[in-house]
Amino acid sequence: MRERLIVSASPHIREDVSVQKIMYGVVIALVPAIVGSVYFYGYRALYLTVLAVVAALVTEAIIQKARGVPVAIRDGSALVTGILLAFNLPPGVPWWIPVIGSIFAIAIGKQVFGGLGYNPLNPALVGRAFLLASWPVHMTTTWLPARGGTLSGTALHGIDAVTQATPLAVLKKVSEIIADPSSTTHQVVQAREALADLGSADTIVNLFIGRVGGCIGETSVLLLLVGAVYLMYRHWIDVRIPASYLLTVAVLAWVFGGPSGFFTGNALFHVLSGGLILGAFFMATDMVTSPVTPRGVIIFGVGCGVLTTIIRLIGGYPEGVSYSILLMNVATPLIDRHTRPKKFGEVKSSG
Amino acid sequence: MHPPTSKEQSKDVGITEATLPERVVIPLRQALGAPAEPTVKVGDEVRLGQKIGEANGFVSVPVHASIAGKVAAVGRFPHPLGGEQEAIVIEGDGSEAWDDSVRPRDNVDALTSDEIKSIVLEAGIVGLGGAAFPTHVKLSPPESKPIDTAILNGAECEPWLTADHRLMLESPAEILEGFSLIMRALGCERGIVGIEANKLDAVETVRKALPGGSKIRVAALQVKYPQGAEKQLIGALLGRQVPCGGLPMDVGVVVQNVGTALAVHDACRLGRPLVRRVVTLTGNPMSRPTNFMVRIGTLVSSLVDEAGGLDGDVAKVVSGGPMMGMTQFTLDVPVIKGMSGILFLGPDEIDVGEPDPCIRCGHCVHSCPMKLLPTTIEKYVMAGQIESAVDAGLNDCIECGSCSYVCPSRRRLIHYFKFGKYLAWERKKAAREKAEKEKKGQ
Repeated sequence: MRERLIVSASPHIREDVSVQKIMYGVVIALVPAIVGSVYFYGYRALYLTVLAVVAALVTEAIIQKARGVPVAIRDGSALVTGILLAFNLPPGVPWWIPVIGSIFAIAIGKQVFGGLGYNPLNPALVGRAFLLASWPVHMTTTWLPARGGTLSGTALHGIDAVTQATPLAVLKKVSEIIADPSSTTHQVVQAREALADLGSADTIVNLFIGRVGGCIGETSVLLLLVGAVYLMYRHWIDVRIPASYLLTVAVLAWVFGGPSGFFTGNALFHVLSGGLILGAFFMATDMVTSPVTPRGVIIFGVGCGVLTTIIRLIGGYPEGVSYSILLMNVATPLIDRHTRPKKFGEVKSSG
Repeated sequence: MHPPTSKEQSKDVGITEATLPERVVIPLRQALGAPAEPTVKVGDEVRLGQKIGEANGFVSVPVHASIAGKVAAVGRFPHPLGGEQEAIVIEGDGSEAWDDSVRPRDNVDALTSDEIKSIVLEAGIVGLGGAAFPTHVKLSPPESKPIDTAILNGAECEPWLTADHRLMLESPAEILEGFSLIMRALGCERGIVGIEANKLDAVETVRKALPGGSKIRVAALQVKYPQGAEKQLIGALLGRQVPCGGLPMDVGVVVQNVGTALAVHDACRLGRPLVRRVVTLTGNPMSRPTNFMVRIGTLVSSLVDEAGGLDGDVAKVVSGGPMMGMTQFTLDVPVIKGMSGILFLGPDEIDVGEPDPCIRCGHCVHSCPMKLLPTTIEKYVMAGQIESAVDAGLNDCIECGSCSYVCPSRRRLIHYFKFGKYLAWERKKAAREKAEKEKKGQ
């Protein structure tokens, strides 16, 4: 027996879990999507991802050193931020885009607030928002068609050639053409054909597998779900967030998303396209920036869903996942404050 | 919440009577409330079961000599609840004869409620589950709070401990008689024995020991920490929520531990005061994990020697279970009435690292049986915002340890809650004193 026993407050045993374990768990969950991105867009996808990761780790280390706090890049959080930032970039961006994005994400999105645990916004999304505002052309036009598929995910190469757009951008474009009274009959007919094609079973399958244009990590729903299932199995993401998020988008897209009136929208297309699956399972679930209360996470998920649908259907961008999550991140402290659960025993005394 | 139960080591080891100690150190503070007043002085001869300290107020119990012999010292000695406390030391003479005051009763069935309560008080009985609250106080609820159900707590949800489990297997009839006496003292008709389903042998044994036509039933409880916490147990068995800041009697319930029921039986049937209890000595560094029937006041160090000593490195010694127990700074502490076990933890089983920042994962929120927000309360306490912490439920925390157990950042949540509760208590006291002073000044 030791001469000096350790004395401390209870409890004296701990579950075998750590921040590091959770963060590397997220990395493992993202591996299938990384492999998929290389398959669909070539080694360029991996190159950009590695650049983002290295920039994130180096930035984190330099700032922690400067702040005089222990360098904790091994906790895996900057690694996750780097991967997620790259996942939110078109595969054709120049090399300096992920580097600047990661530096901004870590420096301004995370470290200025005090580092891990104190950042109010998802750092990767802060980085992406900064890039989108600063280099909109790079961030919205450098798409690449996926191997074995087209950019829009449809078979209509004509539309592709004209718009150079991802499925959601095509949807936005054709919806505008249909709604615009000055469109010629020929244009409207073509647009309706494109719309039908977007909602076809072929397109849905392409979206699910990932044979469409889009950001590096968002395209393959299948591979993202493989990782998400792993994280849910480990209880490392709160399944209520993606569930309420996806359900909200599905319902709202079905009710309001159709060009020919209420209840004609294609819910499945909206759920599978864009970065919704990536955002709902890997970014809205970011522990630091999402609520902790049981009712709070549902409100958070529904809020993300409402904002995403509003941006997609009436906003200026074809895609609304990043901004909706950022906006709900801002609301998180307020949500937590107003959704404090009823304490066990918070009842009228019978005495 | 399901921490590993780790009970395999000692659950099949029958209770053995520990060797009669040559010397016992009996602290005057055994229970919550005021310590007893010594009634003997150095040099006095004492008999087994003789009263050596008198209760001091309502929330206080007397203490009795657990061995016969001579009072060798009255002074301050290391105490399992921390620091040093006033204690009476008896050097034994090896005699096993009980004091004249100890006389078996044969009219146990005729005892009235008030008689049972006074026997329980005189026998120095406290809750043996760990909190050591004086039992006679629990048996005397005000008339405005009628009790309709008594619960016998055999959940033993703390990992490692097996004292209650063994007791239920080996003395079910005595426990049930003690429980019937508790029910009679409370004047209640319904009794439930709650046992976690990982002890189905105990469920079976206690059920079989029930006399025909008994108003007691035995319930197997879901295995879930902290199932044996009073409020959670009442919720699981009756679906009633004890109001915040309230006691089980506010919902018509009194909970007693199985060890307490045995002590009540011994006091009423055999006339014996509480001078012994079952203690589990366990942990990976123990060469032979053991369940001992021990005299109160026996030093833990001598029990360890008797159990075959330690064969592994020990970094932490815990009185009680690993979730709520108190760490010890020495093995020269005596067994007290509320000590259910001594757990030895090796250096690789404990956590001594610095905590990481809270990543708001919410695991603590999910694990809290009181439905509090541990992470929020911790931040309030750390910032010195005690009023906000109390407002968020600091004083409703039962310190079960679930939040700290699941925290991936290994934050010391319970540490801050205990500290915050102390600060809140201190502030309340200061405010009260200030008000009294102003009143006097007027």
